[in-house]
Amino acid sequence: MIPEFLPLIGGLILVLTVASTVAGLLRWRAGATPTLTNLTDRINAWWVMVVVLTIAFLFGMNGLVVLFALISFASLREFVTLTYTRRSDHWILLGMFGIVIPFQYWLVWTEWYGLFTIFIPVYCFLLMPAFTALHGDTESFLERIAAQQWAVMISVYCVSHVPALLSLNIPGFEGRKLLLVAFLMITVQGSDVLQYIFGKLFGRRKVAPNVSPSKTWEGLIGGLGSASLLGAALWWLTPFTPVQAGLVAFMAGSMGFLGGLVASAIKRDQGVKDWGHLIEGHGGMLDRADSLVFSAPIFFHTVRYFWTV
Amino acid sequence: MSQFPPILSRLLRRVTASALAGFAWLVTGVRPIWSGSAPSSRQRIYFANHASHGDFILLASCLAPHERMHTRAIAAADYWGATRLRRFVAEDLLASVLIERNWAGQSEKPLDIMMHVLEQGDSLIIFPEGLRNMTEEPLLRFRSGLYNLAIARPDVELIPCWIENMSRVLPKGEFLPVPLLCRVVFGAPLAVEQGEDRHAFLKRAHATLLALNPRPARDA
Repeated sequence: MIPEFLPLIGGLILVLTVASTVAGLLRWRAGATPTLTNLTDRINAWWVMVVVLTIAFLFGMNGLVVLFALISFASLREFVTLTYTRRSDHWILLGMFGIVIPFQYWLVWTEWYGLFTIFIPVYCFLLMPAFTALHGDTESFLERIAAQQWAVMISVYCVSHVPALLSLNIPGFEGRKLLLVAFLMITVQGSDVLQYIFGKLFGRRKVAPNVSPSKTWEGLIGGLGSASLLGAALWWLTPFTPVQAGLVAFMAGSMGFLGGLVASAIKRDQGVKDWGHLIEGHGGMLDRADSLVFSAPIFFHTVRYFWTV
Repeated sequence: MSQFPPILSRLLRRVTASALAGFAWLVTGVRPIWSGSAPSSRQRIYFANHASHGDFILLASCLAPHERMHTRAIAAADYWGATRLRRFVAEDLLASVLIERNWAGQSEKPLDIMMHVLEQGDSLIIFPEGLRNMTEEPLLRFRSGLYNLAIARPDVELIPCWIENMSRVLPKGEFLPVPLLCRVVFGAPLAVEQGEDRHAFLKRAHATLLALNPRPARDA
């Protein structure tokens, strides 16, 4: 086992224990208000998520590939459910679940970088509309193929960059690449949580009032600032120096914020509040993963460009 | 009826029902939305929109396991009784009740068959459109069986159930389901009002069911 693994898990358990205790105290003092009930649900879901991630980590590449393929499945299901499809799209949709997800994660697993990076944005993006056209149903054609492409882009392509971090060849960092995954997950999800906390405590001025009422400048600045400090403090998990780790965490958190913003815009357009109900207190899988979706590919390519040979 | 001994047939049914409910959850993450009624062990007639063979499985998997064993779907004899395999699936695995859609007097009267099931104390699932809806219309005109049942057994609760998205998961003619999220919305019980005739009741039942759709389809 990697020596950094135990302090990492210990730290997460400590943070969650503190969170559960604080939420318990707040409920004891203020009673079960909707916000506090939701907070407790969220913290409980975090316990489950940390346990699931830990188990996946113990199985290394195999564990992460399986876990993130399932996350892609759940995300794609939520995305496609919300978009407009027609009866004639049946086989394309089946292919997205039955071929695109397994093949993309097989590419991650075999570390075939060349095809991994173009399979969806080149082959799927050209062939999926071609099959749809061959089928002959032109009703809302552009809207349907655009939704299909964006669905696999968000739910499969972007998400698959998380386990793909294990295929990067970083000199002097051999055998510890799982920690890079942990660093990305902790800083991005930590940034979400910190933005939520700063927003709830100090939030006044909305960043994009037409898109999301819960995203405020106070939450954004406080959350991103503290997430960057968190990233810098976790530099020992990474091949980065503390300053680099802080900058990378800032970038990942910023992309995460934008991911959440885009997800909110899509949900608003489709007239729903949450993507689904998979994770108690959070909503659907995409409600939790939207920030990771935007940050993972950028994080992947930043590390690949500056730190690999 | 089933050609197996009762114990074996019950076991077969129980295993099939649990396996199908599990499968339905894996594919569609199906959730019941109780909006106007609540889960109950009362005898009921659930009536729902129909677009796919998966409809009955989805609805049944939203019921408690005990209720599921006492709830039987009405299926078309001309389709499900057409081959030995279909009859085995419908009657032995799913414990459906087969009735003739275009009854012409040779076999037992459809209403009598349904009444017989109700007399045994079981609940019913019926699809009053009478066939799987293939049109762009969200809900076809209702057949009159629903009214006849409501008049004959006013003590049995009539629950409207809107099954969401199932026509996208498994359209008519396809055999592989696309995984999409589904919900089943259970509405408030419906009863025939004083002096309400067949036509008015069916129209009201139709409107009530349609109003349960949580995301009315956009104009295609």
